[in-house]
Amino acid sequence: MNLVLDAVCKRFGDGKQAQLVLDRISLAMHTGQFLALLGSSGSGKSTLMRLVAGLEQPSSGSISLDGQPVRGPGSDRGMVFQKYSLYPWLTAAQNVAFGMELQGLERAEIRERTGFYLEVVGLAESARRLPRELSGGMQQRVAIARALAANPRVLLLDEPFGALDLQIRESMQEFLYGLWRRTGLSVLLITHDIDEALLLAQQVHILAPRPGRIVESLTVELNKDNLQDLRLSPAFQSLRHRVADTLRRLDGDLA
Amino acid sequence: MLRPLRSLMRHPWTLGVAGIALVFGLWALLAGLQLVDKLFLPTPAAVLAAGQESAANGELWSDITASLLRVLAGFGLSALVALPLGIAMGANASFCRLLEPLLALLRYMPAPAFIPLLIIYFGLGELPKVLLIFIGTLFFNTLMIMDAVKFVPRELLETALTLGGKKRDLLLRVIAPFIAPQVLDAFRINMAAAWNLVIVAELVAADSGLGKRITLAQRFLRTDQIFLGLIVIGLIGLVIDLSFRLLMRRACSWAN
Repeated sequence: MNLVLDAVCKRFGDGKQAQLVLDRISLAMHTGQFLALLGSSGSGKSTLMRLVAGLEQPSSGSISLDGQPVRGPGSDRGMVFQKYSLYPWLTAAQNVAFGMELQGLERAEIRERTGFYLEVVGLAESARRLPRELSGGMQQRVAIARALAANPRVLLLDEPFGALDLQIRESMQEFLYGLWRRTGLSVLLITHDIDEALLLAQQVHILAPRPGRIVESLTVELNKDNLQDLRLSPAFQSLRHRVADTLRRLDGDLA
Repeated sequence: MLRPLRSLMRHPWTLGVAGIALVFGLWALLAGLQLVDKLFLPTPAAVLAAGQESAANGELWSDITASLLRVLAGFGLSALVALPLGIAMGANASFCRLLEPLLALLRYMPAPAFIPLLIIYFGLGELPKVLLIFIGTLFFNTLMIMDAVKFVPRELLETALTLGGKKRDLLLRVIAPFIAPQVLDAFRINMAAAWNLVIVAELVAADSGLGKRITLAQRFLRTDQIFLGLIVIGLIGLVIDLSFRLLMRRACSWAN
């Protein structure tokens, strides 16, 4: 898997009212990488994710996956949204099976893979429950299982834990990190949460707002064997402070 | 002794049934005490007798069938047109901008005002009555379905696309199941209008139906038959309403 963004710009509106939302974004990621885009509101990070997903087209520049230009949405780029992530009329298992059904897989294979991915996210017990009977964290785990079951080359996560309570968010971060370690997924994560980006990703691109542009890219070199300890470690805290300063300065330019 | 009483009081239907019983009780009292001339206010017993007579000679059943068939035909036609139209308007912004002002205008023309025109065009048969119900419910059905489609969360549609779905999958796999409860609810609400309109149509011109029975009864000052007609109309409406609620609970349990 090779995802390449080359000088991607996005404008909304026409003529004089046109607003530049993303300014020459370039980045590359390869198989098994965990990459985060970190930015405050107005940094166009969700727009960037929609461009990668193919839900919108760049105004200029190019996006390609394994050499093929991205022209529209497809199952090679699985996406998890922050809210309304599950179909409320389908059970957890039916939600996981949804993508495979759309792709026309064999019934037996769908059943087998549904069971497997529910197991992977630790929700085999909840297969028959409706989304409204699941907690917010469980719902996002089902959404991740559904995205994985569709067999994407890269998983796109758009603030997947942004609507969860702090404690659940932390345990979900640990869950996602463990999942990535076990499976060797390729993950592109969008977040405004500094801890989340630094804890989970190997590489973090910091986006400045209005227009959204990458101002700093850093490689996180920390011992991530225990995320709970890592959160409290001095090395993590000092990195966190430095990134927070950068973000504050970027927002300060506006005021 | 007290506990069953208390749980009965907490039952959601208890107060509703009590409200209906209260009005019937007052009616029985007023009529029984003969405070009002019984020509104007027949006793419950007289209305019951009128009902038994009407059921025995078959008029009641043929009237109910005639009215129900008109409602089914008119409303069925309206639902059949409103579904694709409302979905198209909800899914396509240009189509919506084209038709919404027109429908908003038509919606404010009271359907009964179309009766003279319908009679001129189609005479006194079944067609104008069916069309009256069609006209009277089409615009409401369409606009309510359109609204339901507009509120399908964008994320649900886009998720399907990123899971390998094609645009043609969206209608049946995402939009239809999502709007089903709202569509059923819209049908339930607008069915009340259809049931009103069939009575209006029969009051104006008909040779059968519950509305026709009431006008005939008026001519002979048979207030007992008028009361009977009103109660039967109300009861059937209630049954239709409850059926829709039951259907919704069965078919869309996720939305409750």
